[in-house]
Amino acid sequence: MPAVSKGDGMRGLAVFISDIRNCKSKEAEIKRINKELANIRSKFKGDKALDGYSKKKYVCKLLFIFLLGHDIDFGHMEAVNLLSSNKYTEKQIGYLFISVLVNSNSELIRLINNAIKNDLSSRNPTFMCLALHCIANVGSREMAEAFAGEIPRILVAGDTMDSVKQSAALCLLRLYKTSPDLVLMGEWTSRVVHLLNDQHMGVVTAAISLITCLSQKNPDEFKTCVSLAVSRLSRIVSSASTDLQDYTYYFVPAPWLSCKLLRLLQCYPPPEDGAVKGRLVECLETILNKAQEPPKSKKVQHSNAKNAILFEAISLIIHYDSEPNLLVRACNQLGQFLQHRETNLRYLALESMCTLASSEFSHEAVKTHIETVINALKTERDVSVRQRAADLLYAMCDRSNAKQIVAEMLSYLETADYSIREEMVLKVAILAEKYAVDYSWYVDTILNLIRIAGDYVSEEVWYRVIQIVINRDDVQGYAAKTVFEALQAPACHENMVKVGGYILGEFGNLIAGDPRSSPLVQFNLLHSKFHLCSVPTRALLLSAYIKFINLFPETKSTIQEVLRSDSQIRNSDVELQQRAVEYLKLSSIASTDVLATVLEEMPPFPERESSILAKLKKKKGPGAVSVNELEEGKREGELNGGGERSGDNSAIAASNASTPSPSADLLGLRTVPPVAAAAPSAGSLLVDVFSEAGVNDDGFLRDLEPPTESSDSLLAEGPGDSDSAPPSVVSEDPAPPLPESNELLNKFVCKNNGVLFENQLLQIGIKSEYRQNLGRMYLFYGNKTSVQFVTFTTTVSCPGELQSQLNVQTKQVEPLIEGGAQVQQVINIECLTDFCDAPLLNIKFRYGGALQNLSLKLPVTINKFFQPTEMASHDFFQRWKQLSQPQQEAQKIFKANHAMDTEVLKAKLLGLGMALLENVDPNPENFVCAGVIQTKAQQVGSLLRLEPNAQAQMYRLTVRSSKDTVSKRLCELLAEQF
Amino acid sequence: MIGGLFIYNHKGEVLISRVYRDDIGRNAVDAFRVNVIHARQQVRSPVTNIARTSFFHVKRSNIWLAAVTKQNVNAAMVFEFLYKMCDVMTAYFGKISEENIKNNFVLIYELLDEILDFGYPQNSETGALKTFITQQGIKSQTKEEQSQITSQVTGQIGWRREGIKYRRNELFLDVLESVNLLMSPQGQVLSAHVSGRVVMKSYLSGMPECKFGMNDKIVIDKQGKGGTTDDSGKSSGKQSIAIDDCTFHQCVRLSKFDSERSISFIPPDGEYELMRYRTTKDIILPFRVIPLVREVGRTKLEVKVVIKSNFKPSLLAQKIEVRIPTPLNTSGVQVICMKGKAKYKASENAIVWKIKRMAGMKESQISAEIELLPTNDKKKWARPPISMNFEVPFAPSGLKVRYLKVFEPKLNYSDHDVIKWVRYIGRSGIYETRC
Repeated sequence: MPAVSKGDGMRGLAVFISDIRNCKSKEAEIKRINKELANIRSKFKGDKALDGYSKKKYVCKLLFIFLLGHDIDFGHMEAVNLLSSNKYTEKQIGYLFISVLVNSNSELIRLINNAIKNDLSSRNPTFMCLALHCIANVGSREMAEAFAGEIPRILVAGDTMDSVKQSAALCLLRLYKTSPDLVLMGEWTSRVVHLLNDQHMGVVTAAISLITCLSQKNPDEFKTCVSLAVSRLSRIVSSASTDLQDYTYYFVPAPWLSCKLLRLLQCYPPPEDGAVKGRLVECLETILNKAQEPPKSKKVQHSNAKNAILFEAISLIIHYDSEPNLLVRACNQLGQFLQHRETNLRYLALESMCTLASSEFSHEAVKTHIETVINALKTERDVSVRQRAADLLYAMCDRSNAKQIVAEMLSYLETADYSIREEMVLKVAILAEKYAVDYSWYVDTILNLIRIAGDYVSEEVWYRVIQIVINRDDVQGYAAKTVFEALQAPACHENMVKVGGYILGEFGNLIAGDPRSSPLVQFNLLHSKFHLCSVPTRALLLSAYIKFINLFPETKSTIQEVLRSDSQIRNSDVELQQRAVEYLKLSSIASTDVLATVLEEMPPFPERESSILAKLKKKKGPGAVSVNELEEGKREGELNGGGERSGDNSAIAASNASTPSPSADLLGLRTVPPVAAAAPSAGSLLVDVFSEAGVNDDGFLRDLEPPTESSDSLLAEGPGDSDSAPPSVVSEDPAPPLPESNELLNKFVCKNNGVLFENQLLQIGIKSEYRQNLGRMYLFYGNKTSVQFVTFTTTVSCPGELQSQLNVQTKQVEPLIEGGAQVQQVINIECLTDFCDAPLLNIKFRYGGALQNLSLKLPVTINKFFQPTEMASHDFFQRWKQLSQPQQEAQKIFKANHAMDTEVLKAKLLGLGMALLENVDPNPENFVCAGVIQTKAQQVGSLLRLEPNAQAQMYRLTVRSSKDTVSKRLCELLAEQF
Repeated sequence: MIGGLFIYNHKGEVLISRVYRDDIGRNAVDAFRVNVIHARQQVRSPVTNIARTSFFHVKRSNIWLAAVTKQNVNAAMVFEFLYKMCDVMTAYFGKISEENIKNNFVLIYELLDEILDFGYPQNSETGALKTFITQQGIKSQTKEEQSQITSQVTGQIGWRREGIKYRRNELFLDVLESVNLLMSPQGQVLSAHVSGRVVMKSYLSGMPECKFGMNDKIVIDKQGKGGTTDDSGKSSGKQSIAIDDCTFHQCVRLSKFDSERSISFIPPDGEYELMRYRTTKDIILPFRVIPLVREVGRTKLEVKVVIKSNFKPSLLAQKIEVRIPTPLNTSGVQVICMKGKAKYKASENAIVWKIKRMAGMKESQISAEIELLPTNDKKKWARPPISMNFEVPFAPSGLKVRYLKVFEPKLNYSDHDVIKWVRYIGRSGIYETRC
């Protein structure tokens, strides 16, 4: 910007500013400003035209007042007038005012845009530059809309001055950043790329910023820039320091341009053209060579400029990751910087080396610097550099040097800065696991880790130890021994106690042979830590105690004594109290066999990604971790026993990931399995629930055994006697429902069609369909005899409450059924609200003069009115958690009545009417379903979760729904189905 | 208790810094400067809390006095102390200005040592202080004088020394009142109150016992019941006034005031404030302002203001100033007034109309044409109220001094020998009328 010439100096402005500066107090300043504003207002009143000079002066004053923090609400018009002036200074002040105080007044915007357009199309380069600067400074969407088309034309026009080109390139960059959709390069692309060949270095520098930004968005269109950039780079690199004159900075030729070129090249893969590639490699080599040369100047600017290019070149080499030679050279170059005086250089070197370490070509080269890096970790003053050193150690670690690095990191951990301890701990834990040759070393390392930096050992770390110990038989004995020894330290960290409690509880028997670690000694050692621990740890220890009872029956009395003590059994913490009570009862009531089953050793965990790794990723940046892992991590956090989370397919670990209680029971003893429902008695004659028996498989039914005595006895007269004994005393009242009618009902919970009832005389088939809260049922009455039934009447009644819950309408059937014939009856059902009972169907007819009277339950159950609901895992768990009130949940644990076949289970659950949700439960063995029960009165959302345990032949069924009666009823119904 | 006391000039430079307690560090000095004196937004609250430290400040011309504490102190006490300190400083070296403070800094530290002890305010009576903190050079005091000072400072009547002698026993009594008003454009009183002070200047010999009487409603009513009616009370239209609340100088015997409602005291020597009071009922409003504002289009505003004086025609009000705010986009003003001078002051965004003198029961008016610059700002002008300043020679609250009796049994002068002067001055406080 040309300096304001002497004659142009605005004395009034200078006086005003000095007045303001001399003000003694804020009040005085405000007074002065008010006075000046009034003066300017009176001048702008419009009575007389102001000349350009005074207009400029007053606009300048307004600008100054605005910058002092006062509101300016006038003067825009005058500023816009200035834009059309021919004097540079006046125009400049006008643009300054506009870009600082841009106003959304549409009238003004139109005028401003007009003025800018005029300037852009003028041949005067300074005016064009001013206009471009204004556009860039405002950079609003409106500006982009108005000028995005114009500027590329100016940028590539042959006759545009260099300085204007620079401004145009940067202006376009700004507009592109604010509204990329408006800046369309299209036809201009190739010409913009060719700006890289421009004679003027300034234009190239400006253009390259634009090209870099554009090519990041659409790399293909700008592909051609690679070769141009390479040739440009090689020209700069190979030039002598004096060639570029104005663009040589402390003996370094065009450092900014070089850096930008190198950065542009990082947007693209290595060039395919051999010649270009060769040239580029040559350039990079030259840069590396130059770095070796003695400095031409002692000035810090010289080395800064040189190093900037060097680091950018190394980034490019790492980005290409294809030139082993260059990679190794880069690594060596960085190695020199590792001991450089400059802290920044050391930091950068370590950071670049981290990325180098991940490349296969340079990994070995990086490893040679291990001593230096370890030294840096130990002696470096700056914590951020130490952090980078730790990162690098982590990155360069492999099987060959793992032991050394882990040992170094462990020893450093004792003195490490608090801010990086947790990350260090995670890294040590991961390295130890990843490169563990023998697991005893791993166990040692982790225990050491807990000992040194217990506070920073997150849950995941010790969960992982336990997972590994449980999964590896070979290490269990050693782990138990080491843990036992570690626990003998007078003060040990709570995490150590947790690991100790868990491992001794599982594998204490492996070291019990040694008199020094006899069961009682183990127990006493653990119990000595008990009182120092927090509640979750105590809970874990209590579980360890009950496991001791199983492992070492001789400790039973001691442990029972402990459990019985007031501090346990009357603990104020519900969780601890419950555990104490339950374990005490379990240990005193259950036989050793039961104990052994219940307190069985934990089954191995499924192999999976280390939870620690996930945690490290999360620490590094949430972007790196998928939502899934986060979700998992969150749920893991809910548990107090880390291990059992993945063991939820075992019977014992009934405490599943989604168990609402945050302190899931370690051993799953919360609910003692109920005695399995009595085996079906009358069910034997009925069709298997699983077979998709239709109404028409009569033949199959007929082949079945004769009916059981129970159904016989109920019918007052057996078919055989009916002829001889005249019917006389049979009541006209509906008979009480058959005792097996409940069984009949259960049969139809998961299916809609089948045979409802059959005896020697009559067979009743059923076919039903449901839509929302309405249902239609077809009953088929088949006369199995050759004699006709007379006065055949059926009534459907709703006993008790059911009347108000269900609306049932029936059509009467023909009173006469010929022998061997079948009649059909339609029943319409409307569900008014949720219900528990089933409507009764009473059938009366005379068969050979004898009155037959029987009652059945119609298989109308609440689940028939389910509407399946599909939902994602996230939604499911959210809803699951919403339904967390105790009465909303109904749970049952029961023995399997049928074979546990996944396909059959699926079929049944589908038959239930709910949507079977795949990929929702983390355990693929489990089933979750969701559905909405449609009643006339309301809709009841229900969620279901079935957890089969193949080993124990047990199921755990949990139903949650917004209405408690519904959950209960559903649970009852379903418990009989599996 | 007060942890420290700082005095700043307008630039925020520290002139006096006295720290009484350890919990106040050096950074407190900067905290106040940065957050209050140099704050971007003007700080209007006299109490500022910065980082759990409370700053209480008063401003005298360009000088900031700030008391600092970390404790939960009685804010009223702190301000009372600050005002007292201003009085003390004024009594010692006149106007509080940067130059005076710089010239007297030794004296100020000496005073601070005396009137504030470990952050607890001590005797701040100028008369008493002047006996042992003098501005003349160090002159060794005789033993007698020293013992006298000790007995006075530690004695019961700390505010007056013994052995004062005057040839002429004289007494000046000023009733100073400031009347505050907010009135609606229609002339409805929205809020009004008078805060008054009774300031006394006494030049009396010995240890005189004084008794002060005024037309306090409670006292008058009591006497009225007793059968004696006061003549002066009858002559004025208003017999007595209802005082809402009042505070007294420490010399007044509060027990006697509580029981008999009589104000009796042994006065300090020289000038002091005997009492402060506040009334809200039956206030005589000396002036009535009638505004008339008319907007003519977007670019013009016509304002007409009439003031009416509302007191006895024999009295003269002085220093009358009416301030009519103008919109922020005023670009020109024409004023015509019948009396006094009126001028548009751009720096204050107001038309200021000054009248030197005005008798009671008169009226005067001003009319102004304000030209406005059209702006693209949609905000409407908020129309701040018209404010007024004046001085009248009567007490707008209606307070009258009934008597001031002096008894000095030891010396041979009686109540009649004392020359007494009484003066009433009513000033405007915030006297505003909305327009």
